[in-house]
Amino acid sequence: MAEQVLTDFIRALRSADVRVSTGEAIDAAEAVKLIGYADRQRLSDTLRCVLAKSPSEKLAHDRLFDLYFSRQAIPPNSQSEAPEQAASEDAEDGPGDMLDLMESGDETAIAMAMERAGQEAGLQDIRFSTQVSYFAQQMMKSLGVDRLESEMMQAFRERTEEGQAYAEDLIEGRKAMFARAREHAKQAFETYGAGATLAFREDVLAETALTALDVRDLARMQALVEKIAKRLATKHSRRRRKKNRGQLDVRKTLRANAGFDGVPFDIAWKQTKRDRAKIVAVCDVSGSVARVVRFFLMLLYSLNEVVPDIESFAFSGRLENVGDTLETDDFVHAMDKIINDIGMSSTDYGQSLSDMRMNHWDALDRRTTLIILGDGRSNYGDPRVDLFREAAARVKRVIWLTPEGESLWGSGDSELPRYRPHCHTMKQVTTVKDLERILDEALSRYS
Amino acid sequence: MTKTGYEPLVSIDAITAGLGSVGYISTREISTAIYLAYNLRKPILIEGPAGVGKTDLAASMARFLDVSLNRLQCYEGLDEGKALYEWKYGKQLLYTQLLKEKLGEVMDGAATLDAAFDKLTSFEDLFFSETFLEPRPLLTAMKQDQGSVLLIDEIDKSDEEFEAYLLEVLSDYQVTVPEIGTIRAQVPPIVILTSNNIRELGDALKRRCLHLHIDFPEAAREQAIVRARVPDVSEALLSQLVTFVQGLRDLDIRKRPSISETVDWARTLLLMHATELDEDMVRSTLNVLLKHESDIQAVDKDVRTLARAASAG
Repeated sequence: MAEQVLTDFIRALRSADVRVSTGEAIDAAEAVKLIGYADRQRLSDTLRCVLAKSPSEKLAHDRLFDLYFSRQAIPPNSQSEAPEQAASEDAEDGPGDMLDLMESGDETAIAMAMERAGQEAGLQDIRFSTQVSYFAQQMMKSLGVDRLESEMMQAFRERTEEGQAYAEDLIEGRKAMFARAREHAKQAFETYGAGATLAFREDVLAETALTALDVRDLARMQALVEKIAKRLATKHSRRRRKKNRGQLDVRKTLRANAGFDGVPFDIAWKQTKRDRAKIVAVCDVSGSVARVVRFFLMLLYSLNEVVPDIESFAFSGRLENVGDTLETDDFVHAMDKIINDIGMSSTDYGQSLSDMRMNHWDALDRRTTLIILGDGRSNYGDPRVDLFREAAARVKRVIWLTPEGESLWGSGDSELPRYRPHCHTMKQVTTVKDLERILDEALSRYS
Repeated sequence: MTKTGYEPLVSIDAITAGLGSVGYISTREISTAIYLAYNLRKPILIEGPAGVGKTDLAASMARFLDVSLNRLQCYEGLDEGKALYEWKYGKQLLYTQLLKEKLGEVMDGAATLDAAFDKLTSFEDLFFSETFLEPRPLLTAMKQDQGSVLLIDEIDKSDEEFEAYLLEVLSDYQVTVPEIGTIRAQVPPIVILTSNNIRELGDALKRRCLHLHIDFPEAAREQAIVRARVPDVSEALLSQLVTFVQGLRDLDIRKRPSISETVDWARTLLLMHATELDEDMVRSTLNVLLKHESDIQAVDKDVRTLARAASAG
C-alpha cells in the first residue's frame, strides 16, 4: 500500500504538469524508504527535493501534497509500519459492507472503505469534472449499494410501519453515503484531473483561430504564450560561437606558437561565429489583422531572453515605432493604446514603407529577420514594391505573415502577389501554433 | 570498507548541527537535501537568487566533513580539457626528446621496419599513462579516497555540450579517458551544482539531480547568519538592520540585497559605532546594500518609512 500511495502521488504530480521520469520515481521510492512516512513535514521536504525541479513545480508539489496526503487514510498515530497494518485489516474486512459501515458509524472505517472503493473504481483515472458523479456511482457499487437496496426493498415489501421507517432510514443513509462518495471523487478530480483539464484546454486554445478567441480566453492565452516563449527560448538560447573541432586554424596556431620555434604546443581550432538574432516586426494594426498582431507581439516580446534585439513598428496609414510603448507599459494596455492611436486610419502600405525608408531604415541590417504581419490590402494605393525590394536586400530574411488564406491573396485590393517574390516565406497564420512554428524557423536560421 | 569523511552524515539533525558548527546556518530543507544526496548518491542542484549562500554551502560542507573541496567554476566555452583532464603535451614532448637516444638504442637490434614497429608498440602506453595526465577538478574529485565535496559552480554559464558531458560524471561517478580507460571513483564525492538561472538547464541534467531551491532567508534565519558572521553586533541593531533589509527586498528594485551584503552592512555599521539604525546613517551607507545608482534613487523616498518601521519593530 505504501508503494501505491507514492505511485498515485506521482501520477497526480504528472497530471499537474510536473514532469516525473521513471528514474525519479525510483529515487523517490528509495528516498521515502529512507525517510519513512512518519514525519509528514520531512516527507514533504524529501519529495519536493526529489520530484519537483523548478519553482513552479515546487508550488504544484506543495498544493498536491497537502491535498493528497490529507485525503490519504494515514491513521493519526501512524508509525511507519502503520500503512501495511491497515492494509491487512482491510483485506479481512472484504469490500461491500455499506450496511455494516453505516450501522457502526465508525468514521475511520468509512474513510478507509471510501479510499478502497475509490481505488476499485479507478478514481485515479478521473480527468474531467463531469465525471465526478459517474465515479461516485461506481464507488457506491463497490461499497455494496446493491445489498443495501435489496434490504430496502425487502423492508418496503413488509408493508409495516416499522419496515417503512427502516427503509426510509436506509434511503437517508444511502444519500449521505453518496454525498461522501461524491465529495471523495471531487477531491480526486482536484488531485488528478484539474491539471489535465488545464493542459487539455491549452491544447485546444493553441489550435483555435486567433480571430475567433473569446475575451475570457485572453488571460489563459497569455499563460500559453509564455509557455511557448519559454519553449522557444530553451531551444534557441545557445552559445554564439561554435568550435569546429578537427578543423585546424593554421594562422592562429602558427601565431600562438611562434615562441616555441613553431612547434605546435597550443593548437587553435577554427570557430564559427553565430549572428545575434535580431527581429524587426512591422505590423498592420488595422481592423481584421489587429487581433493576430496582438498575439504575435505578445509572443515576440516574451522572447526577450533569446532575441535581445527586437524592434517593432505598427502602421495603418502611417508607420510608427512602438517598441518603447510595448516595453514600458503593461502589455494589454499598451496594445489597446497602439491599436487606438495608429490603427484608425485607412491602410496604406506604400506610405508606411516610405515612412520606414525615411525614418527607420537603419533598423534593417544583415542580421535582421524582417517579419511583416499584414493582409497586404492597401486600398488600391501604390504598394511601393521598389522600396520593399530594397528593404529585402538589406536584411537576412523576409517573412510575410497574413491572416488570409492563399486563395484570397491577390483578390480585390490585396497586393500580396506583388510583394511575394521578395519574401523568403509568405505564410498564412491563424493559430498560436502557427506563430510558434514561424518564429522557431526564423530563430533556427541563427544557429 | 575504507574510512571516509562522510561519517558525520548520520541524520538530518546531525547535518544541521554540523553545518552550524562551521558557521553555516542551515534550514530543514537544506539538511534534508544533503542527507538524501549522501544516501542516494545523487548530486544536488541548487538554484536561487545570487548571494543566498549556494556556493558557501559547498565550502561549509567540506569544512564540516574535513574533506577537500574541488571547485569547478563554469563559464562559456569551458571544455573537458579544463574540467576533466588534459595530457601534459609539453612534458610528453620533452620526454620524447630526452628519450630519443635511448629509443635509438632500443631500436638498434631491429633489423627490419616491421621489427622496429613491433618493438615500438610494446612501449606505446608509456606516453599515455597517468604520469602524463593532468587531472582537473572533476578527475581530482573522483580520485579522493576520503571522499570530497565537488562544487560545480554556476553550471548555467557553461554550454549545453558541456552539460551533456557532465552526465557521465554525475550519474556513474566515473570518467572515461579514451587512452587509459574508465576511472571510477572509489568513494563518490558529494556533488553540488549551483545555478543562477541564466538559462534553463536541460531536463537530462535535472533528472539526475536532487533539486534544492534556496531563497532569501526569513528574518530569523538571516539574523542567525549575521550573528554568526559578525558576533560583535548588538541584538537591538541586529534585529533592526535585518528588518530593514527584509523590507528593502520587497521593493521594486533591480538587484535585491543578498545575505553577504547584509553581513557587509552589519560590519559597516559596527565600524561606525552605530547602536541604533537612524535615517542619516542608512542613507550614507546605502551603497553597501544597493549596487545600482538607479536602485539607490528608487528607494530614496522609502528609506524614512523603512528605517522608522525597523527601529519601531
